[in-house]
Amino acid sequence: MTPSDAPAQHAAATPDGQTLLRFIACGSVDDGKSTLIGRLLYDTQTLLEDQLAVLAADSRRVGTQGGELDFALLVDGLSAEREQGITIDVAYRFFATARRRFIVADTPGHVQYTRNMVTGASTADLAVILVDARQGVLTQTRRHSHLVALLGIRHVVLAVNKLDLAGYSQAVFKAIDAEYRAFAERIGIASVVSVPLSALRGDNLIAAPSPNTPWYRGPSLLAHLESVVVEPPAATAPLRFLVQGVQRPDPEFRGYAGRVLGGRVRPGDAVRVLPSGHTSTVARIVTYDGDLAEAICGQSVTLTLADPVDVSRGDVIAAAAAPPAVADQFEATVVWMDEEPMLPGRGYLVKIGATTTGGALAAPKYQIDVDSLEHLAARTLALNAIGVCTLTLDRAVPFDPYADNRDMGSFIVIDRLSHRTVGAGLLHFALRRSQNVHWQALTVDRAARAARNGHGAAVVWLTGLSGSGKSTIANRLEQRLHALGVHTYLLDGDNIRHGLNKDLGFTAADRVENIRRIAEVAGLMVDAGLVVICAFISPFRSERELARRRIADGEFVEVHVDTPLAVVERRDPKGLYAKARRGELKNFTGIDSPYEAPETPEVHVRTDETDLDTAVERILARLAAQGILGRGSTGG
Amino acid sequence: MSGLGHLQRLEAESIDILREAVAEAERPVMLYSIGKDSAVMLHLARKAFFPGRPPFPLLHVDTTWKFRAMYALRDRAAREAGMELVVHRNPEAVARGIGPFTHGSALHTDVWKTQGLKQALDLHRYDLAFGGARRDEEKSRAKERVFSFRNAQHRWDPKAQRPELWRLYNARKHPGESLRVFPLSNWTELDVWQYIARERIEVVPLYFAAMRPVVTRDGRLIVVDDDRMPLADGEVPVLRSVRFRTLGCWPLTAAIESQADSVEAVIAEMLTMRTSEREGRLIDHDSAGSMEKKKAEGYF
Repeated sequence: MTPSDAPAQHAAATPDGQTLLRFIACGSVDDGKSTLIGRLLYDTQTLLEDQLAVLAADSRRVGTQGGELDFALLVDGLSAEREQGITIDVAYRFFATARRRFIVADTPGHVQYTRNMVTGASTADLAVILVDARQGVLTQTRRHSHLVALLGIRHVVLAVNKLDLAGYSQAVFKAIDAEYRAFAERIGIASVVSVPLSALRGDNLIAAPSPNTPWYRGPSLLAHLESVVVEPPAATAPLRFLVQGVQRPDPEFRGYAGRVLGGRVRPGDAVRVLPSGHTSTVARIVTYDGDLAEAICGQSVTLTLADPVDVSRGDVIAAAAAPPAVADQFEATVVWMDEEPMLPGRGYLVKIGATTTGGALAAPKYQIDVDSLEHLAARTLALNAIGVCTLTLDRAVPFDPYADNRDMGSFIVIDRLSHRTVGAGLLHFALRRSQNVHWQALTVDRAARAARNGHGAAVVWLTGLSGSGKSTIANRLEQRLHALGVHTYLLDGDNIRHGLNKDLGFTAADRVENIRRIAEVAGLMVDAGLVVICAFISPFRSERELARRRIADGEFVEVHVDTPLAVVERRDPKGLYAKARRGELKNFTGIDSPYEAPETPEVHVRTDETDLDTAVERILARLAAQGILGRGSTGG
Repeated sequence: MSGLGHLQRLEAESIDILREAVAEAERPVMLYSIGKDSAVMLHLARKAFFPGRPPFPLLHVDTTWKFRAMYALRDRAAREAGMELVVHRNPEAVARGIGPFTHGSALHTDVWKTQGLKQALDLHRYDLAFGGARRDEEKSRAKERVFSFRNAQHRWDPKAQRPELWRLYNARKHPGESLRVFPLSNWTELDVWQYIARERIEVVPLYFAAMRPVVTRDGRLIVVDDDRMPLADGEVPVLRSVRFRTLGCWPLTAAIESQADSVEAVIAEMLTMRTSEREGRLIDHDSAGSMEKKKAEGYF
């Protein structure tokens, strides 16, 4: 198990046989982490003379090793860090041997450890966790291990360092190894390899066994890193191909550029496109170097499909027999990374796969104490806090649990205003009942209903003061549509307030709930293919926006039935304005409660200047213009 | 992803980054400096968008002091990729005749490159610029993100970098703000050469040893590329077998003695090399924390 003496000398010989290992080194300066990384760079001849000269000069100037090489200074790349003697951020280091190229994520042990460690661990295949042989397994060791386990790293190397200061004692090593193994098993780390080390003196670092530890039978640290097989679970999972973009260089070619995030793909494979649910067959795997017979997990290629199905950025092309679930509500573990704490219910942007969509996090079910894994009560998550929350997205996305596939089950949270990355999360399972319903491309879908009905579906939302003429226009509009063969339904105060919403009063909260329920019912009716006419005063812009958001773009027609207050007060068909003026009716719109007129309604009707039929014609014209009414129906 | 060789894995990640950036940007551009890293980055872009062409232009921020062989390759490489080439020369630098011999390396680099780059990005309203920088080049680069945010003044704030996890890059920004994206972040100098060998990518011949006219300044070998170099009394360029590990403005880039006249020979030589490639960049030695400072000001 001794690697080649001059590892880098052979690095070029067989570059294609060389693999890449990304690992994270966890521990504090006290554990000798910087020394360990520095030694690895030095001994694999990655650290070069001019860099060494700078290091030697820096060590004399600001070093903490009494003029000896202070390897910590190697990784503290920013002036601010060197000046303050702290490590602010994740640094990536590179070295190579004949067999492998290594990328080390080096994360500081103290300040901001959670945010930085989670960042470094997110791309790591393996973690090296350092302990000081004199100290053994500490709270910090457990904390690092918890984060490693949380981020789904399955391979851990326990580097029992500074064994020279413990007399190279086998008993000390064995005790620490046994204690750590028992702990690792409890938290779900499957593979642990312990190595007795003195990074400073080089024992068991490059070659093993060191003369100082003749009792050690295992590999040196470097030999283990060179040979360990780390296959992520995604590699052998069913196909997941994330579509990043559509390639259409000419009218004949339509390919989907993306990356294999799970399994493998071959031409002829039956696939399902998520979230649409369309099925097809892989036709070609196109690359610059010619078509491939197979692409495996991790490769970036371009797929073409045998059928002209609709595929766009963010979609996942998956094995037809084992597609991922599609959901818009999840249980997730969230790591908060911003100075400004998480605000439950606030609208954030969430990026998952190649989709960025609106989303919100509910108040945490609990926060996790990373030292003990205890569950703590929490109302929010502050910087570096980890908690379990419900994540709700504005639209359904395909996903796999993080434990099965890192790239299909991870997301970041972006602040809508500052655009900072404020959090990161891991999806566990879907909370909506649709979790295992793979959206079949609905045989009876909206297009099918529209084709059968001969018209599209929409909500016509009439808003205006009491007595402005909403109901009159709504009734005439419905008659006209009915005569045109359009399937309609009219929702107004009569059939809503007396039934569905009879439990609601007129408080601000009840008004919002009133509109929400109406919008939901109208939305379902639109899904069913109807043109739904809603006639409600709906005085607040935010309430009408709420309704509009529930309905697809182009299917919401807001009609402002605009009649001056003086005119409606003169009409006053039900005597309500008179009552309100006398103070017998509170919160009456137009009198002691405001009416917020629409700023850009689809149709604006001045009833004091327009007769009823003209008003209805304008709404019909608008429905035709938006493609809701087919050619056949407007002519009649 | 262990089934992939290390170059395959690096290539796949770079293509992923290029596609992700293009999908999220409005007016992307690729900084093309004609060196080996630019050559690899351009090659990866052609792969990423095959069978289409990369949907962005190449931008060369010119200083008028590049080697003649670099200008020749620049125009050919853009043509072969079927991409538009935008060349920007800072008009102020042109007007003042800024050059390294007359104005010093720091001013030369600042006015031509740093200011020139900012001008070009503003002029064409590019909101995302690809650069060929690698994390192994320099200490402050080791901590830079793949998607690196710049404010409306093009400044980099190393202490306010966005956390970057998995393969989820945050490309959100406000109008006026921009991103620098580094598809080669995780590549090393050796990877770049191995990839050039594997993919047979054309690079400037200056990377290979040949007999060239050389003068020695402050112990550094400077190849005299045209007649703008003021020679001291009795100073005569001598023909020596030299090559470059890195290419910039010719008076500011030192050559090394070498017999390596092919890609394979360069790789073999590199494996015995005991100094880093930026050793040859004179501007990096101006002051401590030099690169970090220049980057904060908008240098690539």
